Amino acid sequence: MAEPQTPLLSIRGLEVRYETDEAITHAVNGINLDINVGETVGLVGETGAGKTTTALAVMRLLPHRTGKITEGCILFRGEDVLRKSNGEMRQMRGERISMIFQDPMTSLNPTMTMGEQIRESLEIHNKGMSAALTDARVDELLTMVGIPPRRKHEYPHQFSGGMKQRIVIAIALACRPELLIADEPTTALDVTIQAQVLALMNELKESMRTSMILITHDLGVVSEMCDKVAIMYAGEIIERGSADDILDDGPHHPYTVGLFNSIPDIERESKRLSPIAGLMPDPAALPGGCKFHPRCGDAADACRSLAPPPFVSGEHIIACHKFGSSNGGRI
Amino acid sequence: MLVPMLLAIIFIVYGIMSLTPGDPAQLILGTRASPEAIAGLRHEMGFDKPFVVRYGEYVAKAARGDFGNSWRTGRPVFQVIAGRFPTTIKLSLAAVVLAVLVGVPLGVLAAVKQYSIFDVIGTTIAMFMASIPGFWFGLMAILFFSLKLRLLPSNGADSLKHYILPAVTLAIPVAASLLRLTRTTMLETIRQDYIRTARAKGQTEGKVIFRHALKNALLPVVTATGMEFGGLLGGVVTIETVFSINGVGMLIIDAIRMKDIPQVTGCAIFLAASFMILMLFVDILYAYIDPRIKASYQKMN
Repeated sequence: MAEPQTPLLSIRGLEVRYETDEAITHAVNGINLDINVGETVGLVGETGAGKTTTALAVMRLLPHRTGKITEGCILFRGEDVLRKSNGEMRQMRGERISMIFQDPMTSLNPTMTMGEQIRESLEIHNKGMSAALTDARVDELLTMVGIPPRRKHEYPHQFSGGMKQRIVIAIALACRPELLIADEPTTALDVTIQAQVLALMNELKESMRTSMILITHDLGVVSEMCDKVAIMYAGEIIERGSADDILDDGPHHPYTVGLFNSIPDIERESKRLSPIAGLMPDPAALPGGCKFHPRCGDAADACRSLAPPPFVSGEHIIACHKFGSSNGGRI
Repeated sequence: MLVPMLLAIIFIVYGIMSLTPGDPAQLILGTRASPEAIAGLRHEMGFDKPFVVRYGEYVAKAARGDFGNSWRTGRPVFQVIAGRFPTTIKLSLAAVVLAVLVGVPLGVLAAVKQYSIFDVIGTTIAMFMASIPGFWFGLMAILFFSLKLRLLPSNGADSLKHYILPAVTLAIPVAASLLRLTRTTMLETIRQDYIRTARAKGQTEGKVIFRHALKNALLPVVTATGMEFGGLLGGVVTIETVFSINGVGMLIIDAIRMKDIPQVTGCAIFLAASFMILMLFVDILYAYIDPRIKASYQKMN
């Protein structure tokens, strides 16, 4: 068991809204999350659950006109990221916190060579590093992700999707960051390449002792990669625990159960997939009480009016009326 | 591609000129000439032959650089154009450079500071400027700067000072449309994922815009600038007339008025050819900016 330690990243009561002329979208509604050094935390949920918004809030890369952090704090090694100046934040980005985006096809600049794009990261955070040394490091990074360094003079359109994502990984890891946020890094890749990229990320993370937030909706990926898991629904974390807690047969939030049931079982013969009925609520008009109650088979009266209290069992926390409350407060 | 296009252009221009009413021989000899003299001249000039034959002969001669002689002055058409062309090129080049220098930076500013005062004022003025006809603007400029303030000359092209008013007049609508286009493409570019990647690297906002966004956003702007340049070559016709500048535009207007058919045909073909060469140049430039296009050219060869 790991002894208690100060987490590398600690998100407390984070609320993020997107404000446009038409509506206020409540994308993230008061979430708490801790990531310890060397840990991989999986952030799981449907599209629109607020996973990417959470990540962008940590990077302070929310769209600056519409995206607003209205509540909460994000502590990175005890310092509040939200209080940093733009200049201080720029120095953290890419050096201490890096991010890998979902679609490698669009996340590289089509008019710059791959070498230049990796180099850029190094140049921003290693001012005064000699050109020869930087070049050597670019080659080293390319080798590390399994791409021949001689290809650094080529442009993104000359690479396949999997190779592009490797280069995105090389860029993200160029300055050996303490925290890597990977936003669905394999969703846009085909299945055979997915495994390769995940294995590569795992290997590099181990060797650099980087902590990782892995955003995904793939529970298979979670079971392979993550130490801890947080399940998000409509901007809230509705269940959180170690990977074992989430993957075992113990008590679960009805939404988590639904997620697992929607995975087709290879050993059981079934004619149809069993998805969770209904759609995620419109984050501009969230329902009262438990946000999941309109889709929940077990919904009772309390679910419609009261926010569910957390049920805590060790590290495992579930926000559902079904399990009653063990203490006050939110997850 | 250039040669068949040129042949088609010559065909159209030459065809239109042949369809215009009025007998060329009569025009040259005047109203008091005898019918025999007119018929004689018609035969001499080949106007009694069918159109297709005349077209063929014209193309054959044009291929050797001979576009005929002006009916008015008797000088070779090509020589007259060559004498006037530098003025037109200088004028439109000045206008394009001016338009790019003003329109593109303002467009970038409007996009980067979207919905700010720069954006609102910039796009509103641009909309007005793009809608005002050039000749009207030219006349107003002459009234104000030449007649009222007596700052700048109103006609001719003798010194640099003479170029200011016509070049600005020509540049204004071009600058306005480049501003709007740059703003649009820039807005689209700064929403791209790779811009977010650059920010995630910790890059400064200035470098994100100038190193990452600008090059990608300028691709359509380069094409548009080339098109606008070509458009200017035609647009100078009115502006040269307004400012009495002896360029190709003025030449073509005079030639039309005098029914100097070889001169009109020659000018039109010359302007069309310049436009085509410009577009070719833009295509080549494009390949230098966008590695994807260069790659597709390399594959073809």
